[in-house]
Amino acid sequence: MKNTTTIKNVFVKGAIAPDFIANSIAKHQSKTNIGAHDIFLGQVRADVINEKTVTAIEYSAYEEMANQKFHEVREATFSKFNLTCMHIYHSLGTVKAGEICLFVFVSSAHRKEAIKALEYVVEEIKIKVPVFGKELFEDETHQWKVNN
Amino acid sequence: MSLTIKYFGMLAEVTKCNEELIEVNECTIKELTSKLLEYHPDLKSKNFKVAVNQSLVDEDILITSKDEIALLPPFAGG
Repeated sequence: MKNTTTIKNVFVKGAIAPDFIANSIAKHQSKTNIGAHDIFLGQVRADVINEKTVTAIEYSAYEEMANQKFHEVREATFSKFNLTCMHIYHSLGTVKAGEICLFVFVSSAHRKEAIKALEYVVEEIKIKVPVFGKELFEDETHQWKVNN
Repeated sequence: MSLTIKYFGMLAEVTKCNEELIEVNECTIKELTSKLLEYHPDLKSKNFKVAVNQSLVDEDILITSKDEIALLPPFAGG
């Protein structure tokens, strides 16, 4: 059986605010065994597709499975890299172009572990987590985003 | 047996529902998928994976009545 008690909810409604990210950094000032943070911020791009501009992405997810997969990625990352802590937040609902939709924050005693771990986490999230994105155009049409 | 099938993203758009209840005999994922393509021919042009109890599985897996089945379009997280 899956242990659901330790599975965190990664999802936040709407965009991830820059203030939230700043506060998250500030909270780590008391953890003085950390020597290096690395942060990934995914931002919604205003792609132009067939002369129409993406104004926002509306995210949805198979939430229960997604949280389970985020948890597995998290556990795998801790077992591969020597990290002090890790935080992952992903948006659900509408995120406008220019706003943040993914925030991954890893901390370690030393930079190399933090940098390697961060790349691993982000790539794993892209491949393994069932999150879906509807790219909304200015004329209210849409298309579905696919990760490369 | 009755099975609830969940659809996400562009697949929910095609089937016009987030989930539906269907009646099937004991079958594999492959057999279930071909049945769903009969119900929803527009799914044929879509790329999707099947999750059973929140894990992606091989199409030879046998389904039981307690399984949670979901059709997942390509992922777009991040």
